[in-house]
Amino acid sequence: MTASDALLSVENLQIRVGPDGHLAVDDLSFTIAPGEIVALVGESGSGKTMAARAAIGLLPPPLQICGGAVRFQGRDLNTMQPEELRGIRGAKIGMVFQEPMVSLNPSLTIGEQMAEGMRLHTQYSDAQIRERSLKMLGHIGIADAERCLTSYPHQFSGGMRQRIMLASVMLLRPALLIADEPTTALDCLAQLDVLKLMLELTREEGTAILFISHDLSLVARYAHKVVVMREGKAVEQGTIDRILLAPQAEYTRQLLEALPRRGELVPLPPADGPLLEVDGVCIEHPGPRSFWGRTQYKRVVHSASLTIAPGETLALVGGSGSGKTTLGRAVVGLNTPCEGAIRFQGVDILKAANRNHRLQCQMIFQDPFSSLDPRMNIGEILAEPLRHEPNMSAEQRRERVARTLIDVGLGEQYVDRFPHQLSGGQRQRVAIGRALVRHPKLVIADEPISALDMTIQKQILELFERLQAQYGFACLFISHDLAAVERIAHRVAVMSQGKVVEMGPRNEIFDNPQHPYTRKLLAAASPLEKLEGGGYRIRPSPVPVML
Amino acid sequence: MNKPLPASAAEPGALALSAPIRASQPWRMPPLNALIGGFLLLLLLVVALLGLVWTPSDPLSLNLLARLQAPSAAHLLGTDEYGRDVLSRLMIGAHTSLWISILTVSMAIVAGTLIGLCAGFLRGWVDRCLMMINDALLAFPGILLALGLMAIIGPSLYGIVFALSLAYTPSVVRVVRGTVLSLREREFVEASRVIGNSELYTMLRHIAPNCIAPVCVLATSMFGWTILAESSLSFLGLGVPPPAATWGNMLAASRPYIATASWLGLFPGVCIALSLLAFNLSGDALRDRLDPRMRK
Amino acid sequence: MMRFISQRLAMALPTLLLISLMVFAIIRLVPGDPALLMLGDMADAHSLEVTRAALGLDQSLPVQFLIWGKAVLSGDLGHSITTNQAVLPLILDRFQVSAGIVLVSVLLAALIAVPAGLFAAWKQNSSLDFSVVATATLLLSIPSFWLGLLLLYGFGIKLGWLPVVGYVSFGDAPWQALSYVVLPIVTLTLVELGAITRMARASAIEVLRLEYITHARAKGLSEGAVLWRHALRNAFAPTLTLIGLILGNLLSGIAVLETVFTLPGIGRLMVDAIYARDYPVLQGCLLLVTFVYVLVNLLVDLLYPLFDPRVKL
Repeated sequence: MTASDALLSVENLQIRVGPDGHLAVDDLSFTIAPGEIVALVGESGSGKTMAARAAIGLLPPPLQICGGAVRFQGRDLNTMQPEELRGIRGAKIGMVFQEPMVSLNPSLTIGEQMAEGMRLHTQYSDAQIRERSLKMLGHIGIADAERCLTSYPHQFSGGMRQRIMLASVMLLRPALLIADEPTTALDCLAQLDVLKLMLELTREEGTAILFISHDLSLVARYAHKVVVMREGKAVEQGTIDRILLAPQAEYTRQLLEALPRRGELVPLPPADGPLLEVDGVCIEHPGPRSFWGRTQYKRVVHSASLTIAPGETLALVGGSGSGKTTLGRAVVGLNTPCEGAIRFQGVDILKAANRNHRLQCQMIFQDPFSSLDPRMNIGEILAEPLRHEPNMSAEQRRERVARTLIDVGLGEQYVDRFPHQLSGGQRQRVAIGRALVRHPKLVIADEPISALDMTIQKQILELFERLQAQYGFACLFISHDLAAVERIAHRVAVMSQGKVVEMGPRNEIFDNPQHPYTRKLLAAASPLEKLEGGGYRIRPSPVPVML
Repeated sequence: MNKPLPASAAEPGALALSAPIRASQPWRMPPLNALIGGFLLLLLLVVALLGLVWTPSDPLSLNLLARLQAPSAAHLLGTDEYGRDVLSRLMIGAHTSLWISILTVSMAIVAGTLIGLCAGFLRGWVDRCLMMINDALLAFPGILLALGLMAIIGPSLYGIVFALSLAYTPSVVRVVRGTVLSLREREFVEASRVIGNSELYTMLRHIAPNCIAPVCVLATSMFGWTILAESSLSFLGLGVPPPAATWGNMLAASRPYIATASWLGLFPGVCIALSLLAFNLSGDALRDRLDPRMRK
Repeated sequence: MMRFISQRLAMALPTLLLISLMVFAIIRLVPGDPALLMLGDMADAHSLEVTRAALGLDQSLPVQFLIWGKAVLSGDLGHSITTNQAVLPLILDRFQVSAGIVLVSVLLAALIAVPAGLFAAWKQNSSLDFSVVATATLLLSIPSFWLGLLLLYGFGIKLGWLPVVGYVSFGDAPWQALSYVVLPIVTLTLVELGAITRMARASAIEVLRLEYITHARAKGLSEGAVLWRHALRNAFAPTLTLIGLILGNLLSGIAVLETVFTLPGIGRLMVDAIYARDYPVLQGCLLLVTFVYVLVNLLVDLLYPLFDPRVKL
């Protein structure tokens, strides 16, 4: 493919942060042919987002192109006149963004936002614009398209918003679609929907896609070419099959290795009776409070039951809105069920006298950035739970804190540091340490790795395994991603819309899913499997995948 | 006259959390607003403290022979209608203004924080009652409240302090309560509950310290409001009673002589403006410093 | 929609009630015989008796409050001790003057400040932005009465272009009336420009950071369209709240300006009433100003959904 045939041709691109800042992108080169799907894969800081912005000429001010070129249909975008560039944007190159919450203007109706692009780039009359918008909305599965046009973005869910944004961008039939991590903020089922839609729409128009992602397995299904980036440089590129079968660069191998795989499980200790019993629990959330009337309650969890044996890891999996987080919080005492019982070591946890539960049951939260008090240093954060240990001297506490810090993979020198000085992965280690410092019997982990990079996720999962073998705690591992739990879960429970729809040992669930919802989740999970010779391939899935 | 703004109207970012300032950070050149603001603040403080112990001439002594003299070597900023040295009176005025501000702001912050913490912590009907009273007080613009009180008890320094702190406490309550409510649902607060800490402990150890930052920013604004309010009241003749020298009543007294002795109307105003500038700039610098987005 | 309006109204009522309570309390707290306070030192015994009966002084305080409340609601706010005019028409008359000046100033200030703030946010950290912020901060720091004095000195005395004292109502002689209010309006506009510009700039900076702005640019919209259609509407909402607050506050704070420019407004009426111990008038002024403050904020609340549809209607 010569540069002149290519739709988009990035040649030795260099992007600098400010006139003498460091290089965000260093000597990047790749091409996209018409109709081709090229994925830029890398973790945070790899420069992939900046490269994507450069491809549409929207680099945010401190960054500027200081070397190389980005050519669209042969013309250098950097040297174009602003009016010409604006003519290309939207009409020839479309872009969809990551955060569904802020990607649509909250004060304009959907109809206005969809019409805007068309009014700018096409000659259609208002009636024609409206007709096309309605057709497109129907196409993406909106039930009441008329009403949608006059509604506001906040009235739709995240997945819907992404689909609407996709639809409004594709209405202009661009030759190239740049998708900047469009599914990262969605749960796995919504992700699949959005991806399916994207492929459908682009196939119809013959649009090429430049897909930015941190998840190699996600792009493996449909990308033609992959460019792996790290710290601004392209470490490897080629067709997807070649990359999977025979990855050359060390970093690519690391990324592939980071995908969780089924392995040997931590053996369970002998036990006489379950550690935790959840029995027919129902949980309600108060709805919006009206001034005069009484508050209405919405049932979020319906008659959920499960058990956890000592030392066992039970994975609780489901999409957003399935009630899994609510149930997890009830187990640790942050929510109160309105029906049913939760028994810890045989004793109902709602009984006021049951302090044992409070001490023995701890939680790891999802967001490493807000689960640590910014005003306390690491030592204080880890020492705080020890306040409730009656017979520890100050010396013993210090020792326990130091011991825990070493166990989670940080050193003793972190005692004086503050959370904002640590990276996301390091903060999550501190959060794990805080949960474990009292050697509890049960740990609830609420999506502990979702907010982290792939390679960091792998490290944290390894840490988890090691700590479980060492400390022997049971774990309720909540996740929306089946792939992550495949590695460490002894048993899996699947939740959908507040009900536990399926529960069983790991291998059974993954190899022989019964419930349709479980199958859907599996279909959305990582499809890669390792081959004998060291390469990877897309695994034949027990469930037909419509991609 | 400016008026306390409820938290909803405060500039975005005002409720941001902060980490404590550590000595290990490399020293960088402070931004311009911090420099100028800090300098002016220091100047104000120095002049006010100096005025306590020394002034170029006696600010209270009348000297009708030397009345309405333009600025000269003997009287650097001229003399007023009674022959008193303007510079000396300005220095005394600085002292009065600062003293009133410190008293007012301290009272408002202490009262407001306590009430705000209670309202945010207890919630339920206690919260709703407190907020209703709070909103009603907020509807009483500060000056009106002060005016009303002056009508009852007559002008006095402590009367002004009381009236103004009553007027500004609701703003503090709103900011503190707002911060508490938004912090209550943060994960590190929930983590504290999960560990087994009581609600009270969580409140005092985790929530209250994170309220310090927004309150500090509000405090710098309140200093400015108080100085403005106090000088406005003095201008209207309802401030600290004479013969005390305040910038406001100096300005008021200058009105009949505006054509003949214009310097009388110039210098007190400059002092008020510089003080307000000092607090505005310092408040800006503080807010920028505490905004987590601005920190690396 | 009606539900929203009635909800907001319902929430404002307790506030109004509490305010009335406070005004009532303030006046009652003045030491001395309330009847004497209402009628002044010169009243004769008979009128005092009548007033005492009318105020219900022989009954308990809550009943007195109800009696007073009823009188207020029916429009009877008493009579001024100094001029013997009925209070309600008097304060309404003066209120017109103040309100006119305040409204025009705030409107002018908003019209200049909001685009200026938006522009400064767009060109953030440039020298233009810096000068806008510096000017706004300076204006914010100047006390209104001092600025008024300076302008009066400059334009009234030194240049002699505009009259220094007095006021003529618009109904009588429009052009002349204009010359009397130009300086107060300009003063007030300049003072409020500072606060509004800073707020508009701050919220515009927040908005311009958000992804839908980049999305709009990615559609190919010109910068002007992006700023006008996308940024302005979303950035305006907090500024609107601020404007509401300023409007309400100014009605009381305008006392100083009215003193400087000798305008017959409600601020000066209040101050004179305090000097003269004219309690009926003082009471009436307090009530009117605080009620208007609550009403203005209510209006702002009702307008908010126009700019931010996320607020549920």
